[in-house]
Amino acid sequence: MFKLRPTHAALFLVSALFAGSAYAETLKIAYIDPLSGFFANVGEIGLKQFQFVADDINKRNLTGGPKLEMVAFDGKGSPQESLIMLKKVIDSGIRIITQGNSSAVAGALIDAVNKHNERNPDKTILYLNYAAVDPDFTNSKCSFWHFRFDANSDMKMEALTTYMAKDPKIKNVYLINQNYSFGQAVSRAAKADLARKRPDIKIVGDDLHPIGAVKDFAPYVAKIKASNADVVITGNWGNDMSLLVKAAKDAGLNTPFYTYYGGLPGAVTPIGEAGEGKVKQITEWHMNVTPNKTEKFANAFNKKYGGPPAYISFYFLRGNIEMYMLAEAIKQAKSTDPKAIALKLEGMKYAGDEGEVEMRASDHQLIQPLYISTLAKAFHNPKDPTTAKFTGKDKEVKYDQENTGLGFKTDARIEAYVTAQPTSCQMKRP
Amino acid sequence: MEFFLISMLNGISYGLLLFMLSAGLTIIFSMMGVLNFAHASFYMIGAYFAYQISTYIGFWPALVIAPLLVGAVGMAVERYGLRTVHKYGHVAELLFTFGLAYLIEETVHLVWGRSSVEYRVPPSLDGSLFTLYTTTYPIYRVFMMAVSVSMLIGIYLTLTRSRIGLVIQAALTHPQTVETLGHDVPRVFMLVFGGGSALAGLAGVIGGNAFVTEPGMAAAVGPIVFVIVVVGGMGSLAGAFIASLLIGVLQTFSVALDYSFVDLFARLGIAIGPDAPLAALWDLTISQAAPVLPYLLMVLMLIFRPKGIMGTREG
Repeated sequence: MFKLRPTHAALFLVSALFAGSAYAETLKIAYIDPLSGFFANVGEIGLKQFQFVADDINKRNLTGGPKLEMVAFDGKGSPQESLIMLKKVIDSGIRIITQGNSSAVAGALIDAVNKHNERNPDKTILYLNYAAVDPDFTNSKCSFWHFRFDANSDMKMEALTTYMAKDPKIKNVYLINQNYSFGQAVSRAAKADLARKRPDIKIVGDDLHPIGAVKDFAPYVAKIKASNADVVITGNWGNDMSLLVKAAKDAGLNTPFYTYYGGLPGAVTPIGEAGEGKVKQITEWHMNVTPNKTEKFANAFNKKYGGPPAYISFYFLRGNIEMYMLAEAIKQAKSTDPKAIALKLEGMKYAGDEGEVEMRASDHQLIQPLYISTLAKAFHNPKDPTTAKFTGKDKEVKYDQENTGLGFKTDARIEAYVTAQPTSCQMKRP
Repeated sequence: MEFFLISMLNGISYGLLLFMLSAGLTIIFSMMGVLNFAHASFYMIGAYFAYQISTYIGFWPALVIAPLLVGAVGMAVERYGLRTVHKYGHVAELLFTFGLAYLIEETVHLVWGRSSVEYRVPPSLDGSLFTLYTTTYPIYRVFMMAVSVSMLIGIYLTLTRSRIGLVIQAALTHPQTVETLGHDVPRVFMLVFGGGSALAGLAGVIGGNAFVTEPGMAAAVGPIVFVIVVVGGMGSLAGAFIASLLIGVLQTFSVALDYSFVDLFARLGIAIGPDAPLAALWDLTISQAAPVLPYLLMVLMLIFRPKGIMGTREG
């Protein structure tokens, strides 16, 4: 029926080589995030940044071989749509995915990736999470195939509340969050942490509103106002954040906002001048950290992709860390096989722009330094015409956000080891 | 008191925006019997047109031009689409407008992209008008209310006092007679559809910069508009007005009510712990359920009073 001829043998050999070759010329990475709809602006910024850092990695050949290429998939911010996109990713043979926006999506993806990898041990998928911060993903739901490069919501809340606890003027705290796993985690952690550190602080409001569905936040702001809150804590992001601060500004609400994503591009414009000294954020980096080793890179990005629209500017330092660590793992493993990369990523230490970071092997949570910062007037330098519109006197606030004349000023830096928290993860390794 | 007054104002202004949205839909339904699924899409293109025009010549011209353009689009849709489909009955019309909604959304994707656009409140309307106790009230919200109320008066006067309004009303009940008298009834229907679309477009111009102008905005308001029309009574303008205000105020105030079944039972002396069966449901506060309340209202209305608040037709 079938005689093995030398030509066949050669063909087999060649095809076997290609099939087995895990060190391809170009390594595609699927970016699954909202590229349409209510949260599309956030997804757009992430995509541009990943493309930019991939270009940088390719130019400097940091992988020691394969070129990285980002392929965009529109998850529309919905778990169902993102799962359909994951299916497309798998069908097209891409083995590495990255996602960040919405923990609801991340939870669905982790489950789907786990199942897929169990059934297809020769076609495993690696999942790099750059922004979904539900603590469960590195605790009860931890997975060998999932790596988180953002500090989880409990870590951020721990840092925020430690900072807040020092302010004796804070008596009443109001919580407003999106009603899904992440928003609920923020609310839970805020209540637990404050009760532990400052039992005298009263929680005067604890709102969970539907994610991406509220267009008019005025009723919530009226409620905050009536509660006599000294401080509002919110994990809102994207348009849920910008509409909230816009409504707060419209109603003349003077309460400071302690936020997770107050600096996420698009959020500063609507509040404008009224946000000075009032909007605080907790992030791994911002444009005015000193010293700012990322400054050159961020400026190069902003020159190439920065607005209009004004909200597009460099934001996710953790996206860079993720990609550089991935490149390093590929280089060390000399392979683009997800399992080989994962084994190298586990426990990897990396000298980031803000100091050494570590991908903790026990739960795949990146441990990195964090910053708390507040909106302040950007520095007016008489010698620099680009700062002509700025009115601030503080040299530290060198850059503004979205041409508003307001930039972030560091209140505190929290060292990496301080942010680390114990994990309940019982990692199952293949 | 401060909270009550501010919430009342917020509720009324939100309700008036909802009225602007639903007025066109209910007029088209009452005059032509067409349930226009693409109505919210006209709201969306109103916002996008206004954004585009305002980048060139400013907000004020856009306020006038954008609704007119949307009206023109609406008339074209009626003339070259709906009129042809009309003879196949209501189901065909319904399917036509359903498809149209998708078509418009995809067109918006192609022209303006999938992300939101920077359509902002003009500087002259940005700021606060007055201060009530300690809360400032933004000019733009008052402007929204003013536009909506003048629109209501405008529609009322056009329908009851003007010649074209009388012809429209006559064409409703006695199309043949009106035709024999020498009026072009299809043209009247075209004007009605265009006018209804223009009203949605106007709501888009106002609502687009008050909130967010993005391709999902039509889908976000689509269902609530239908709720208003059903609750108000199919085809009743006055009913739509009452229902809009009712739902606006209901949604605004329900946000403030942090009561759940757990609290209710606690008052009766029954404690429900987190381990009770269906604990998540009992623990749900009214404020969390706020987004669902209008739909609940619609379902209840359909059960107990199918013709709506002011509807004349028996369900």
